Formats: sequence, structure tokens, C-alpha cells
Amino acid sequence: MHTLSAYIEGIGLLGPGFSNWPDSRAVICGQQAYQAARTVLPLPALLPAAERRRSGAIVRLTLATGLEAINAAGLDAVTLPMVFTASGGDGENCHSICEMLASDDRQISPTRFHNSVHNAAAGYWSIATGAMAPSTVLGAFDACFGAGLLEALTQIVVDNERVILLACDTSYPEPLHGVRPIPDAFGIALVLAPQRSARALAKITASLTDAAADRMDDGAFEGLRTAIPAARGLPLLRSIALGGDHHVVLDYLGDTRLAVRVASC
Amino acid sequence: MNPLWLSHFTATSSIGCGLDQTLAALREGRSGLAPCAFETVDLATVIGEVPGVDAVRLPSQLTDFDCRNNRLALLGLLQDGFDEAVRTAIAKYGAQRVGVFLGTSTAGILQTELAYRRRDPATGALPVDFVYGKTHNVFSVGDFTRRYFGLTGPAVVVSSACSSSARVFASARRMMAAGLIDAAVVGGVDTLCLTTLYGFNSLGLMSEQACRPFDAQRNGISIGEAAAFALLEQAPEHLVGDAVLLRGTGESSDAYHMSSPHPDGLGARMAMQGALKMAGLLPADIGYINLHGTATPTNDAAECKAVQHVFGSQTPCSSTKGATGHTLGAAGGLEAVICALVLQHGLLPAGLNTRQRDPALDLDYLLVNREQRVAHALSNSFGFGGTNCSLIFSRAN
Repeated sequence: MHTLSAYIEGIGLLGPGFSNWPDSRAVICGQQAYQAARTVLPLPALLPAAERRRSGAIVRLTLATGLEAINAAGLDAVTLPMVFTASGGDGENCHSICEMLASDDRQISPTRFHNSVHNAAAGYWSIATGAMAPSTVLGAFDACFGAGLLEALTQIVVDNERVILLACDTSYPEPLHGVRPIPDAFGIALVLAPQRSARALAKITASLTDAAADRMDDGAFEGLRTAIPAARGLPLLRSIALGGDHHVVLDYLGDTRLAVRVASC
Repeated sequence: MNPLWLSHFTATSSIGCGLDQTLAALREGRSGLAPCAFETVDLATVIGEVPGVDAVRLPSQLTDFDCRNNRLALLGLLQDGFDEAVRTAIAKYGAQRVGVFLGTSTAGILQTELAYRRRDPATGALPVDFVYGKTHNVFSVGDFTRRYFGLTGPAVVVSSACSSSARVFASARRMMAAGLIDAAVVGGVDTLCLTTLYGFNSLGLMSEQACRPFDAQRNGISIGEAAAFALLEQAPEHLVGDAVLLRGTGESSDAYHMSSPHPDGLGARMAMQGALKMAGLLPADIGYINLHGTATPTNDAAECKAVQHVFGSQTPCSSTKGATGHTLGAAGGLEAVICALVLQHGLLPAGLNTRQRDPALDLDYLLVNREQRVAHALSNSFGFGGTNCSLIFSRAN
């Protein structure tokens, strides 16, 4: 059984009732009450004013969670390769384009078009942080978190470099919301390193498994886990929040899942 | 890196279904571009459409995946015995040890564009026969391919605009090196849709004529569609001479602009240098460069600067987009297969439609085919968001 290991050095988190990782730790492991609330997405201060104003939810989510993770790790993004994984891109933008293309006036705007690519958020991350390191932009529908974690781990193990993983999902407006009902924005950012350093929070070791996926005990968290692909990573965050050594199984593709051993550093 | 063997590969685009037709078109200098008569599109432009895509029927257990993108994917998988080769690999390695890594930019978005014309007049809802996850979602082509072959291992779609299906080679390389899989189905599938046609038109980046990469009068892209696949396996000790190997991958970001390349091609330069470093080759070792060469004024100028910086002006190069059109998320995969044909057949394909080379772009840009055996070829793929990827392929000996 092949295993892949890495050290988590920084965490970023935004979601319904989650405004950052430090404030969410005690909530995720059940030591503090959860207050459900719509996700609040901060304006991305690093983007120029015009782009900041126009930025869609997926860009705001990506930049906010990513910056939280690199700041927590005390790292600069410039040379940090990134893995971005999301079920979809900018949902509002996609809806507007489809609506226009179904109308008599199909002249969509250039900005709408370049923001429609799945890698728009990764592009804005690179522009905002000045990162010229590679970005790998993935889509795997409900399997996004597992696919992103596997890609990040293979980069770390094979290329022996730190990586930032950004797993982000946002909602579509109707009518697409009706066929892809992601209820709210949710993002997890992890800075992962090949070697243990003073800033390491936990060591993770992953392998493929067909064992059943861990569920969240709390009904609200389990609801998020099953409804939002990025939130499939919640059992991992719970293990890190609890501290100590744990074994979790994360959903990935159908019967193929990820077994992850988590050991706090 | 340990070289990886492209044990089988295939391509389907507007210049042909499968390798024989593709090679013949390249030899004859035949372009697949024609005036746009796609769907209800009312733009004065030229496109590279694959004939017969909509006649393809998906297997009965996979009809939920039915959309133009997955139809083209299946048409592509059925060429050159690729389907059988994958099944043979599965028998050899096991269904969990063969990964799927495909690139696409827009997947089956055409299905959503069409569904938006059929919304419920009262509720605005999409029609009940519309299956978002298996058509529109970027993963649909990866999911379709995984289920088509009954695979149970890792699968993912890379969607980084026009670098998508070049990057899949890098992701597959890493997963093979990490030991999670023994073989990988890599490639790209992208199909015509209104989003890209009207989108590139809105940016003023689409030519009214067949695109003319590196021409002094170049004025934009021609959009095409394609499905291209390769089966990657560890290279055995003994390979026949014309076997093709993946030797290097290089990736970078521009950190510059969403829809314009870095003017000096800085990110492109880093991608090419990264691929050379991984391959352990010098610039002079590369015998042919398949350029990104979209035929927009800025792309070709920036790419030229980047190529000159790394290679000087003597390396034979061309863009095959004058033949196939810009197949967007499939371009990296398609042009990887063209590089494999270049290596096997010693044919350096001319860049079509280009009448007068831009004197400001000083490269050995091929206007006629050149018969010349080369040992190593490099392919460039760059995309929106400033995403860059270069691949190096080599003959086994």
C-alpha cells in the first residue's frame, strides 16, 4: 500500500459560521457551540480596486483562505506552487453568460468571458500575490477535496517542495442552483511541506482505501460535508483540531476513498 | 524524471479521426478550418469542427453523460485501437492502478447553453432531462472516461483554460512517480460551444479568416475542437527506436493579466526552461518546437521573445493551429500527439495559412514541411489566467 506524507504548516478556513481557522478549531471538535451563519467573504485587498469590486465569490474565497494559510505558516506565496480544486468556477458569472447566450443579444462582455475559466481564481491568486510558481487547477465534482489533496501530496513527495492546496466551492444562483445545490461558500486552504519544521502543526499520511468515509457527529457539520465538495475535508480538520493521533477516511471517488493518518506535531 | 513511454496515442480533430488521417493532413498541408456554420452561431469566423460528432452514441449505461464533449471523447477513444490498449493495460495492472488525467476548458457547457433556451416559462427551472454533473461540470469527461473503462483508481480533470491538457502529463507523471498508479490515460477533450465563440469574439481575439500564426497580418484565433489521448506507462528497458517518451514537463504562472500574456513571455520562458531542466537536455538538443502560436498579435510576439531567449532563432518551429484551429483545453494533448508523430515520422509540419512571416518575429518558423529526423521535440501550451506548460518528448533512440 503506497502512502504519501506531508506536514501541515498553515490552515485557512471560511464557511457558514466559520470565519477563520483559529476561531473554528474548538467549534469543529465540539468544544464550543456552532453558530450557523452565511459565509462572509472579505473583499480581496491585494487586487486593484476595479478587480476587487468585480471579484466573484470564488475569487474572494480563494484569496481569503489562501492568505490566511500562508500568513499562519509565515510564508510568502511568490515561490509557492498551488493546487486549486473546485467543483465549479464563478457561478453568478456562468449563469449570466448562459442567460445572455440564450437571449437575442449574445454579446457577452470580455471580462465575463475571461472570468468564466475554471482557473480564474488561480489566475487572480497569482496576480494578487505575484506568484509565478505553477498552479494546478482541478475539477472532480464531489471528489474535489480528495483529488486536490492527492495532487498536492504527489507534488510534495515527488518534487520535494512546499505546496498550497486551495479547495473552494461557491453556490450557483437559480436555475443552476436547482441542479447543483451547493448551499454556501466553503473553502479550506492547507500549506503542506515535505519536511518537518518548527511551524508544522500535524503530519498527515494518506493512502487509497475502500473503507467507509468518516462522518461528522454534529448534524449541521455532516450536512455541510455532504452538500459541499470542499467540506469533505471537515473530518481532517476535526482531527487536527482535536490534536493527538487519529485515523480518518475522507470521501473521494465513489468507493475509492482516502485513508489519512493524522499525527499532531 | 524517469522517462515515461507513450505506449499508445491517438488524436481526433478537424484534420482527421485517428493518426493516419492526422498525419496525412499534416503531410498534405491540409487545414480543417472552414467558415463557421456551428449551431445557431451568427459570427463571421472560421472554425475547426469535427464532422459526425453528434452521430456518436454513448453506451446505454452512460447515456446521462450524453453531450457533445463526451461524444467527441468517445469518438477519439475509438480510434487507433486506443480503447483496446487501455483495456489491455487494465488487465495487466488492475482497474485501480490505471489513472485518468484529462484536460478540458468548457467540458459540456454547450448542454447548459441549450438547456437555458428551454427553461420553464413559469418557474425558470432547467429542463428535467438536463444532467448538470455528467455534462456541464468540468469533471464530466474524466468521470465518463473512468466509467467507460470501469476504472476504480484516481481520476481528475485539469481545467486551466488552454494549458489544461498539457498539464495532465505533469500530474500523471507525479502520480506515477509517487507509486500510486502504474499507467495513466492522459489527454484532452474540448468541443465547440457558444461561450468560447462569443467570448473570444467579445475580446476581439477571433479572426474572420483562417488563423495565420506568426504572419505579419495575423489578427486572431480560429477555434477548433479535438480529442487526444495517450497511454503513459513506465518505459521498459528495451524499446523500439521510434517509441516516444515523455522526458520533461515545465510549468509556471505569469502573475500578470487574466487574458493577456506577459509581454516578454517571462512565464513561458520559465516553463520551457523547467521542461529542459527536467529532461536534462540543452536548448540545442530540441529539434522542433510546436508553438502555442494562437495567431493573436500579443501571444505570438510574447511567445517569440520567450523562445528566442531560451533557444535563439535557429530551432525549427511551427504552430499547427492553422491546420486544426485552437482547440483550447484539448490543444496541449493534440499537440503532444503531433509531436509524437513528428518524432516517429521525421516530418516537421509547416504552419498553414501564414503567407508572410512577421519580420519582427525572428524564428525558424516553417512555411513548408521539412523532412528531418529529430530526437527531441518541445510543445508549448499557454492559457488565460497566465498559466503556462511546456512538454518535451523524445524518441527512445
